Amino acid sequence: MLRRKRWLFAILAILPTLAIFAWLRMYPIFETLRLSLHKWDILSRNKPFIGLANFQELMTDRLFHEALLNTSIIAFGVLIITIPTAMVLAALIHYRTRSRLSGFYETAIFLPHVVSLVPAAMAWKWIFDARLGPLNAVLTFFGIEPQAWLFDPTLSVISVIVLCSWQALGYAVLIYLVGFKSLPVSLYEAAKLDGASGPQSFWFLSIPMLKPITLYVSVVTLVSGFNVYAQAFVLASDAQGAPGRQVRVLVLDMLENSFRNYRVGYAASEAVVLLLIVLVLTLIQFSLLRERGRA
Amino acid sequence: MSAVQSTQSSKNRRMRRIIVDRGIDLVLLVFSLLMLLPLVFLVSNGFKTPQEMLAWPPTIIPANPTIDNFAAVLQDTPLLRWIFNSILFAVLSTLAILATSSIAGYILAKFRYRSLNVIFALVLATAIVPFEVYMIPLYFQAQSLGILNSIWGLLLGYLVMSFGIFLIRQNVIHSIPDELLEAARIDGAGELWIFFRIVLPLLRGALGALGVLAFFQAWTAFAWPMIVATNREAYTIEVGLALFQTGFTVDLGRLSAASALVLIPSISLFVILRRNFVQGVASTGLKE
Repeated sequence: MLRRKRWLFAILAILPTLAIFAWLRMYPIFETLRLSLHKWDILSRNKPFIGLANFQELMTDRLFHEALLNTSIIAFGVLIITIPTAMVLAALIHYRTRSRLSGFYETAIFLPHVVSLVPAAMAWKWIFDARLGPLNAVLTFFGIEPQAWLFDPTLSVISVIVLCSWQALGYAVLIYLVGFKSLPVSLYEAAKLDGASGPQSFWFLSIPMLKPITLYVSVVTLVSGFNVYAQAFVLASDAQGAPGRQVRVLVLDMLENSFRNYRVGYAASEAVVLLLIVLVLTLIQFSLLRERGRA
Repeated sequence: MSAVQSTQSSKNRRMRRIIVDRGIDLVLLVFSLLMLLPLVFLVSNGFKTPQEMLAWPPTIIPANPTIDNFAAVLQDTPLLRWIFNSILFAVLSTLAILATSSIAGYILAKFRYRSLNVIFALVLATAIVPFEVYMIPLYFQAQSLGILNSIWGLLLGYLVMSFGIFLIRQNVIHSIPDELLEAARIDGAGELWIFFRIVLPLLRGALGALGVLAFFQAWTAFAWPMIVATNREAYTIEVGLALFQTGFTVDLGRLSAASALVLIPSISLFVILRRNFVQGVASTGLKE
């Protein structure tokens, strides 16, 4: 009797959350998968099933290729900048934990991660600005030609990478700091007694022992890199001022197909590609972790 | 003789250590300031006259500060309305996420039934699907409810948070012993009473961290508000600013002023809630 009552309470209490979850998470995810196999332009009433035709079209879609390439370059670019920098910074901050300034270091490096994306991007729009920006002024000072940072196809991708790294760094440093705090102190003391220098114990002890954290931060950074949108939207307007067109990213291409070209099914197939990328990255993370556990 | 030598060498070592420490402090200090510099310039540019915007080197403290940019922006755009929308959206989303996460996290942690395991597996499985993947079908759900261009439409995407459920579940498992709940039951306490009077107070720290995380998540949301709010009055601050800057790309003074108006409150909030925030974000990295 009592057991039954408890079971009833548990089910009733979790029901509202479960309902929201099913309605606003699972159903739209399922819809994305379903729509990707259908042809649906918002206007028409019927949505014929067309199998994998959307995906076949993606293979020859020049704009999609451009978006996929840009997005991958941005995601991996941010990764390559963020991970080593964050690791070194976290090591230094951890080393100086007792310093009165350590709180300031943490806050300063973390702040770009929490401030609103768009206003922060505005600061960088000014920095990269070809006429007014301090970046070109500094370059001229060193005798380097000023560049059209936000209009050159290559440089604008680099600009987006710089902005995204500036924002991603704080998160990575924070997670690494948690990692450093969990490492056994005794190991470092032993290494010190054996005459290891600070950089040596960083290289031979910290880096290998922090591997699971590196793996986790890398996957999080890559996944959020593949979802990049706001940064490219603000920084990379094309010559006509159309936002985000200069550096086309996956999310932008997807939204344009859906809301500008009214090809919802086609946009859904792009979303499925994005999902597959994220799934593969997550699977790689888990399998590497498991391999480590076995070894 | 050897005693003198060893104090000499330990003195040297201490000197070296101090030099290394100061060197590291210097590196960290310079790096921290560089990270802050874009934000500092943004705020200062907001107070500059158009002439001073062109000055080289750029001044950090404006020579003749003006509030013309702010006045112009407040006149040209419903900026305060956008800020209000963002705050309302973030607060309601935070409340919804706290409510759903605390109940679901508690139930999933303390009630062991096979049906609940299935639910937990589903929560975990959907946690890795990025919002961008399913936002287009979600948009059509909002459309059929007729809540586009409203706070409710914005909220639709931000009522639950898989990570929140996960975080609270972990916390309940680690910080609330079964014996405590059993003792209360033997004393005749009802399940609801136990949840509100025993469980929730013990979760205060975790809920604080989750709350701050949820608030900033909604506050900085971009893609979803972008497609849901197409009416100027319904924009959040992120969307409003992003579209405002495409309108006239030239006037960086006004853009900076608008951005500064948004940044100053969110930075202050962050500095006040830093502890909670750091705790929340740090726990995202913790694995079982």
